[in-house]
Amino acid sequence: MLDQAAPNDSKVSINGHTPLLPLELRGLSYEANGKRVIERVDLTIKESGITVIMGPNGAGKSVLLRLMHGLITPTAGEVRWGGKRLDRELARRQAMVFQKPVLLRRSAAANIWHALGLRGIARGDRAIRVGDALRLAGLESRAATPARVLSGGEQQRLCLARALSLEPDILLLDEPTASLDPASTLAIEELLLDAQRDGIKIVVVTHDVGQARRLACDIVFLHQGRIIEHQSAKSFFDQPDSDVAQAFLAGGLVL
Amino acid sequence: MADFLQAFHTAVRLIVTLDPRLVEIVLLSLKVSLLAVAIASTIGFAVGGALAVYRFPGRAAVAALLSALMGLPPVVAGLFVYLLLSNAGPLGVLQLLYTPTAMIIAQVVLVVPIIAALTRQACENLLEEYDEQLRSLGASSSAIVATLLWDGRYRLITVVLAGFGRAIAEVGAVMIVGGNIDHVTRTMTTAIALETSKGEIALALALGIVLLLTAFAVNAAFMGVLRFATRLAYA
Amino acid sequence: MTLNLDRRTVVHIALAALLGTLAPRIAQAEDQFIVVQSTTSTQNSGLFEHILPIFTKKTGIDVRVVAVGTGQALKNAENGDGDVVLVHSKPDEEKFVAEGWGVKRQDVMYNDFVIVGPAADPAKIAGLKDPVVGFKKIAETQAAFASRGDDSGTNKAEIKLWEDAGIDPKPASGKWYLETGSGMGATLNTAVGKQAYALTDRGTWLSFANKDGFKVLVEGDPKLFNQYGVILVNPAKHPNVKAKEGQAFIDWLTGSEGQAAIASYKIDGQQLFFPNAGPQS
Repeated sequence: MLDQAAPNDSKVSINGHTPLLPLELRGLSYEANGKRVIERVDLTIKESGITVIMGPNGAGKSVLLRLMHGLITPTAGEVRWGGKRLDRELARRQAMVFQKPVLLRRSAAANIWHALGLRGIARGDRAIRVGDALRLAGLESRAATPARVLSGGEQQRLCLARALSLEPDILLLDEPTASLDPASTLAIEELLLDAQRDGIKIVVVTHDVGQARRLACDIVFLHQGRIIEHQSAKSFFDQPDSDVAQAFLAGGLVL
Repeated sequence: MADFLQAFHTAVRLIVTLDPRLVEIVLLSLKVSLLAVAIASTIGFAVGGALAVYRFPGRAAVAALLSALMGLPPVVAGLFVYLLLSNAGPLGVLQLLYTPTAMIIAQVVLVVPIIAALTRQACENLLEEYDEQLRSLGASSSAIVATLLWDGRYRLITVVLAGFGRAIAEVGAVMIVGGNIDHVTRTMTTAIALETSKGEIALALALGIVLLLTAFAVNAAFMGVLRFATRLAYA
Repeated sequence: MTLNLDRRTVVHIALAALLGTLAPRIAQAEDQFIVVQSTTSTQNSGLFEHILPIFTKKTGIDVRVVAVGTGQALKNAENGDGDVVLVHSKPDEEKFVAEGWGVKRQDVMYNDFVIVGPAADPAKIAGLKDPVVGFKKIAETQAAFASRGDDSGTNKAEIKLWEDAGIDPKPASGKWYLETGSGMGATLNTAVGKQAYALTDRGTWLSFANKDGFKVLVEGDPKLFNQYGVILVNPAKHPNVKAKEGQAFIDWLTGSEGQAAIASYKIDGQQLFFPNAGPQS
């Protein structure tokens, strides 16, 4: 059983940056193909620990995450991090890991190198960060291996290491361990807890209740594009407020 | 049948003795087409990649136009370039008509649409997988194009070879802008056309065989370089 | 891993190498040369390969022949894409000069046309003296006839013969009258393939390698004579014309040396072209 490290509020502002919390969603809506996927969501996240977004499949969790990251534009409402609207500068302080690892046809090390290059990190610094990232992911010996030849778990560790090498203030993950074996899942979760200890704000989407229990400081429960609950993990798992959440936790199919 | 046998016999003789006239036209064909493909690839990769990544009004129309131009008849491309380079035309002052340079230009015109259209297709396929991740990493559109082009490099090698095949095999364009001048602008294809018009069927066929062998050799060389580069430093 | 840079550098090096091999060519272009717009039939006869080296050796001027149909040769010259024109279609040549595109027209040589046909000779024209009669018989028997159909000098001579015979073959185009729209060699290939008659210049015929049993059936009549003319493209219209070198070529061609070179060209012991430059016409 993993211990949840206490979130370290004093480390929210890293590298002397202005803090990026709270995360505020105001009247956020998103429509696709005539369907309302996200319905007038209001949310404030002040806590600096790991926030887990949960809910049944099709609830809109992935879409919500992408709205927070700025990958898609809301049809109404806005997203603010630390009072600021999403812009290029803010985007540079975020990183995201997707459900399916996305890696280029290059070696593991070259993938991290490439990402650092996109961020404009100087060459000298790049070498150091690549080494650190590979070490963090336990992939030092696989540095020169074609990334796409690595196992699923290794690939996802690499994606996470790549994201961390960018030294983000915010880390967003969309079902990162959905298709991984338990050992890989464990490795990923340990990395996330370490990252949290370093003061990185982490938002994870998952449908795995066990993972949520292991990682979450607070839970956002989403159902049919609406936020049903937002409370601390402890109180959520002890006693969820809503029937929907209760049914979900009990393992039922929530329509 | 006799023509076929004689053609094979002639082809072998020409190659084995390294007939100087044959060597001359083979080298010219290779120089013109390889250079044309190199230039066309530079332009085509950029245009195809940009078309796949950048969003702008009329994008679909440009893509459709490129695809249509893949079927541009070589003789039409030749006429177009001839009108540009003719002394009565806008670029006549360059005095490029009836030179290998004019032939290269004509073949570039012919090959760019192929490379651009196929590159666009390859990049669009890759974009399906990479789009979100690259944007998440903060890549600018130009950085995305560069990333896709390098990532799709194996497929793009095939695209280049397709362009080369088109260039080395065409006769209409190089005939009009080159003039098929002996020792100056006579390539394998224009020599084949000439020998055919002289009724020298077997010789024309022999030259055709040499042309095929040359094209095969180039393809093999490309693939060889590719395999070597892969082994050397899997990028 | 600085692989992105490596790739770009490699490409640059490769391009530079390829362009570098082009440089000597560009330097070569500085050597003296003229462009002569002439016809495919003249080139296919092999005359140029025989006489041009003699001129180049004497003057150091390279002669680059662009061989196309007569119409295209004159059009190219109108565009200024040639220094000298050497074709065999006197009315067109005179028009070319009259319109100011050429300086002056001079006779150079003549060769003759012959009517060739399959050994079977369905129209029974073998040995006839008068080509006009031959054409009449071909039309009557509706025997296959391959025409160049490309407005070339040869084509125009052929059309004149049909006119003299009082026959318009155009309505039969696609039936027994086949218009190939091609050069002499391609048309002969078609004729042989279709077992059709054709009008060809003797030079092309003698060096044509795909005769397949075809024979010369009608020859010798003055109506079959084919006069060549040479013209300097007018430098007043196109300043890029190399008037000095072009005139040097014309002077050589119509002078005793050039005329002798023309006469000395033979295939199988047969002379093809008969020099007749004579005094300036």
